[in-house]
Amino acid sequence: MRTIRFILQKEFRQIFRNKTMLPVIFVIPIIQLLILAFAVTFEIRNINLVVVDQDHTTTSRALISKFKAPKFYTLKSYLPNYDQAAELLKKGQAHQVLVIPNGFERDIVKDSKASVKLVTNAIDGSAAAIMNAYGNGIIMDFNQELVVESMGGQDFKQPMQVSYSYWFNPELNYTTYMVPGILALLVTIIGMFLSSMNVVREKEIGTIEQINVSPIRKYQFVIGKLLPFWLIALFELAFGLTLARIIFSIPMVGSVPLVFLVAAVYLFAVLGIGLFLSTLANTQQQAMFLAWFFAVVFIMMSGLFTPVESMPYWAQQLNMINPIAYFIKMMRMILLKGSGFADIARDLMAVLIYAIVALSMAVWRYRKVS
Amino acid sequence: MQTGSLEHISDNNGPIIEVQDLVKKFGSFVANDHLNFTVSRGEIFGFLGANGAGKTTAMRILCGLSSPTSGNATIAGFNVYTQTEKIKRNIGYMSQKFSLYDDLTVWENFRFYGGIYGLKTEKIRERTEELLGRLGLQGEKNKILKEIPLGWKQKLAFSVAVIHQPKIVFLDEPTGGVDPITRRQFWEMIHETAKEGITVFVTTHYMDEAEYCDRVSIMVDGKIVALDTPLKLKETYRAASMEDVFLKLARAK
Repeated sequence: MRTIRFILQKEFRQIFRNKTMLPVIFVIPIIQLLILAFAVTFEIRNINLVVVDQDHTTTSRALISKFKAPKFYTLKSYLPNYDQAAELLKKGQAHQVLVIPNGFERDIVKDSKASVKLVTNAIDGSAAAIMNAYGNGIIMDFNQELVVESMGGQDFKQPMQVSYSYWFNPELNYTTYMVPGILALLVTIIGMFLSSMNVVREKEIGTIEQINVSPIRKYQFVIGKLLPFWLIALFELAFGLTLARIIFSIPMVGSVPLVFLVAAVYLFAVLGIGLFLSTLANTQQQAMFLAWFFAVVFIMMSGLFTPVESMPYWAQQLNMINPIAYFIKMMRMILLKGSGFADIARDLMAVLIYAIVALSMAVWRYRKVS
Repeated sequence: MQTGSLEHISDNNGPIIEVQDLVKKFGSFVANDHLNFTVSRGEIFGFLGANGAGKTTAMRILCGLSSPTSGNATIAGFNVYTQTEKIKRNIGYMSQKFSLYDDLTVWENFRFYGGIYGLKTEKIRERTEELLGRLGLQGEKNKILKEIPLGWKQKLAFSVAVIHQPKIVFLDEPTGGVDPITRRQFWEMIHETAKEGITVFVTTHYMDEAEYCDRVSIMVDGKIVALDTPLKLKETYRAASMEDVFLKLARAK
C-alpha cells in the first residue's frame, strides 16, 4: 500500500507539473462539447431546391408554395427545363430538383392522377434519404388537400390515421441525443491515450528499467499508473456533465450517481486497454497509433453517429467487444430515459468482465523480466 | 530487508556473485558465451569490454532484468531464474540510460526511489541528507532535475542506486559522457561505497578506470578472455597499462 502511495504521489506531481496537461484536461471537454454538439446533427437545413415548372397553372404554383413554407427549404431558382437544373445538381449548387411536367393540372382534373419528379443529390446517402422524406411529405400533404377538395370540401375520413409521439426526446433534439455520447468519447480519449502514453514515456526515458530492477510488484505498478488517470477521467466526466447541463440543459432523467458508477467501471476497461497497448509499444508514436486505431474503430462502431440497430448483423455482434458501445448505450439510457440499475445491469456486467480481462492482460503482458 | 539465515551465511562465507556457464542467445546470436566468474563481498569488480561485447546483457541478467538461455548464476544467494524478485531487493542498479525523472526535484526522486524500496520516510530523509552531503549538493535538493548539469545528475543517479544500502550495486557505464574531473570524483564515490561493504560491479570501456578496480574481467565477443587484478594482468601480458592489455587481447582473437 505504501509503495502505491509513493507511485501515486510521483504521478500526480508529474501530471500537474506538465504544462500541456492542464490545458488538455480543461480545454478538450469544452471544445469537444461545443463543437461536436452543435455541429454534428442529422437535421437537414437549407436544402437548395430548384424548381422546373413546365405547367404554369394554379395547381402547380400551389404545390410550389408548399415547398416555400418549411424553414429548411430554400427556393434557389426557377428554371425552364430539366437539363439546366441537372447542371446545377452536378455543380453541387442544388440539393433537390422538383419537376412539374406540362399538363399537370389537366391530368389531375381529367384523370384524377398526375406525376411530378423529385431528383435528389444522393452523394450523402443518409442526407438524401432525409431530403427525400421531407419532399415526399410535402407532396403527400398536397395530395391529401387535393383529395379533400375534389370531395367537395367535405370532411374526409381516412381509413387509417397515424398519430406520432416521440418518447424520451420529444423535440427530437439532436444535441440531447449527442451530448451523452460525446461525454463518453471524452472520457475514453482521456483514459486510453493518456494512460498508454504515460507508461511508454517511462520506457523512452529509461526510468522503467530502474522500476523493473526494484522490488515493486506488477500490480502495484499498474494500480499506481491507473488511479491518477481514473480520477482525472471521472473529474472530466463531472466537468463535462456540468457544462452540458448549463450550456445545453440536457436532461438528466436518471440517477447521476449511477452514471458515475457506470463510468467508474467502464474506465477500468479503457485504462486496461490503454495499459495493455503500452506494453506492446516501445515509443510514444507507436502507442499513439495503436490507441488511435482502436479508438477510431470503436467510436465508429459504437452507435455515436449511426444507430447500432441499423448495422449489419455481424457488425452488431462485433460490438459485443466494443466497450464504447456499451458505455454510450448506458449513458443515453440513464440520462435520457431514466433507466435504473436493473435496466443496465446486463450491459454493466459485460463492461465489468471487459475491465477484468483488459486489466489482467495488462498485468500479464507487463514484464519485469525480459 | 530479508533476514533469512541462509542468506546470511552466503554473504559471509561464499562469493556474493557466482556465475557458471552463463549463456544468453538472441536468436542465433550469442551475446554471452559460457561466462564463469565469482565476485567476493566488498569487491570492486570491473567488467570491461568494447561496445557490443555483451557487458550490458550479462549485467541485465545478474540484475534479474533478463533471463539467461542456459547456465547458472546466484546473486546474494538467490537464483537468477527463480528468485529475481529477491535479487531485486538486495541490489542497486544504475543503467546506461539516465534514469531519474527530469521533471521532479532531486528530493522527489530520492523519495520515490527510497519509497519503492520500502524505506521509512524518516530513513529516506536521513539517507538523502547523507548522500547529498557526500556530494556537496545539499543546496540542490529542491531543484528540478532538468536544471542540473549532466555530471551532477550521474552522481545523483548513483546515490539513488544505493539509497536502500543494497548488498551489491551494478553500474552500467556510469561515467559515460562526463568530464575527467567528475569521473575522478565518481570513482572516489565508488571506493567509499565499497568501504561501506557494498559490492560494486561496474562496466566501463575507459581502460584507465580499470586501474581503480580490485579485479577486472575483459570480455571480447561475448567471452571472458582474461580475469585478474589489474597488476597481474599487466604482468601476464607484459603491458604498461590496462589499455595495452586490452588492445593485445582484442587483437589476438
